[in-house]
Amino acid sequence: MKTTSSLLENAPVLLRDWATAFLPARARWFADSLIDIVAILAVFGLLFAFLTLAERKILGRVQNRPGPNRAGWFGLLQPFADGIKMLTKEDVVPAAADQVLHFLAPVVLLAFSILTFAVIPYGRNLVPLDLDAAVVFFFAASSSTELAVFMAGWASHNKYSLFAAMRALAQLVSYELPLLLSVVPVALATGTLSTTGIVAAQAGWKWGLVPRWLVFTPWGAAAFAVFMVSALAESNRSPFDLPEAESELIAGHLTEYSGFKYALFFMAEYFGMCALSGMAVTLFLGGWQAPLPALEFIPSYAWFAVKLLALLSGFIWIRATLPRLRIDQLTRLAWKLLVPLALVNLVTAGFWELSAGWQGAHQPLRWAVAIVLVAGPALLLGRSLGSGIGPRTYRYA
Amino acid sequence: MNAILLLIALATLGTAIVAMSGRNLLHSVLLLAVSWSGVAAFYLWAGAQFVAFAQVLVYLGAISMVVLFAVLLTRRAREDFGAPHNLTTRSRFAVAAGAAVAAVLLWAVSRSPLAGSKGPAPTVTVRDLGRQLLGQHAAALLVIGVLLTLALIGAVVLAAVDSPDFPEDAP
Repeated sequence: MKTTSSLLENAPVLLRDWATAFLPARARWFADSLIDIVAILAVFGLLFAFLTLAERKILGRVQNRPGPNRAGWFGLLQPFADGIKMLTKEDVVPAAADQVLHFLAPVVLLAFSILTFAVIPYGRNLVPLDLDAAVVFFFAASSSTELAVFMAGWASHNKYSLFAAMRALAQLVSYELPLLLSVVPVALATGTLSTTGIVAAQAGWKWGLVPRWLVFTPWGAAAFAVFMVSALAESNRSPFDLPEAESELIAGHLTEYSGFKYALFFMAEYFGMCALSGMAVTLFLGGWQAPLPALEFIPSYAWFAVKLLALLSGFIWIRATLPRLRIDQLTRLAWKLLVPLALVNLVTAGFWELSAGWQGAHQPLRWAVAIVLVAGPALLLGRSLGSGIGPRTYRYA
Repeated sequence: MNAILLLIALATLGTAIVAMSGRNLLHSVLLLAVSWSGVAAFYLWAGAQFVAFAQVLVYLGAISMVVLFAVLLTRRAREDFGAPHNLTTRSRFAVAAGAAVAAVLLWAVSRSPLAGSKGPAPTVTVRDLGRQLLGQHAAALLVIGVLLTLALIGAVVLAAVDSPDFPEDAP
């Protein structure tokens, strides 16, 4: 792989090395890690702040209203106003609540969601923790957040919170399966579970034009679709935002939370969304690779940021567009559509890898078989999912 | 290095003991989760990254959920979360079952030929691990899969038994 040596490309690493050059080796390792942590928290903290603003602005524009525009120019100071409001609000803990668990739930949730940022490669040589089993680490950390959701619901000593926590858990457990299954073919194709290895496997261009990103293979596109739908559900985003549907389910397991703890839950949600989008970029969209050889002069971390922001705007767009699913529709979608599709996709990926040597006239055949394998089950299952249900008739009492 | 191991062992065993002796079932489950992550920390200490992450993924992500769902779906009120009445018989059986498992494990460990602890630890990549698991040890992997499926069915059967305490729960 060609390594670009432009100053801008290596600026973050050079800057860090320059800052810690005077320290002895052991202390330097510690200081380097500390700088990584501070950088991640600062960047994603600010991203969280402005993501809330962008979301409110975009939702406002979609609904034909201006959105927040009072605090600062274009409403740019709104996130900080929100932060001050949240910090100064009274923190109400129910008298009957399990005090320790009630306090621990947001802390555990946030801690595990921050852990997931550790293994994402943000650019060339810009991965905080280069593990051999990085993908497993990521999903281990993100699945541990479910425990915190339960703690929040149970510790509140409120039956609605508990119901909502069980509902949220049913959703999270259901969608974790397709999420993990859609990642398996990536490991199959790239032969590694390390995130840097997966990005490196997607380097280069076919005919110098089409990047070798996994999303441009039939099974990759299907896996990407399954991954993104599951990611929407895993991060409690609309149309799967049942866990905290503010308007009708009284914010679910967060009913008894207020002030800063409530803000922490939302911070964890946005962090989870950013981390899952970052993982989707890494797994399917070539990570920090540029889309064209001519565009390689732009630093790799800028490409990662562009792809990440594109996915995040997609999340916001979906929230503005789609209505919320009911819990039975939601679990049916997971078990009857996404899980079978992800399993079939495993076969498709296997076929794609076995037929990698096909040449000439076999090449269109390979594409045709793979596309049939992807689209056929999707169409069949999708049709059977909706049969016999619609159209609903409403009777008013 | 050994101080870290001691700390991990204390945390793992301590939380497990508190979990077993506590009267609040939900607290016990959450403490058990801490104990399981202690086991993961031990794997990390021993240099087995993949096993450590898999331990967290399976135990904290899945098994704790199964236990929580089981507890919540089989109890009716908050007051029920205390320990059951016939504690002595249950604990006798529990100790017997635990001792049996421990005996089998100890027997297996003492029988297996372990390389001496001298020399540097081998670096095993996930790739090697996968090749070993799906090549040489594929049969063992399949047996474990069948065992887990059986455990799942067993759990469903256990949970579905209608208890005389709540006649209205009977189908």
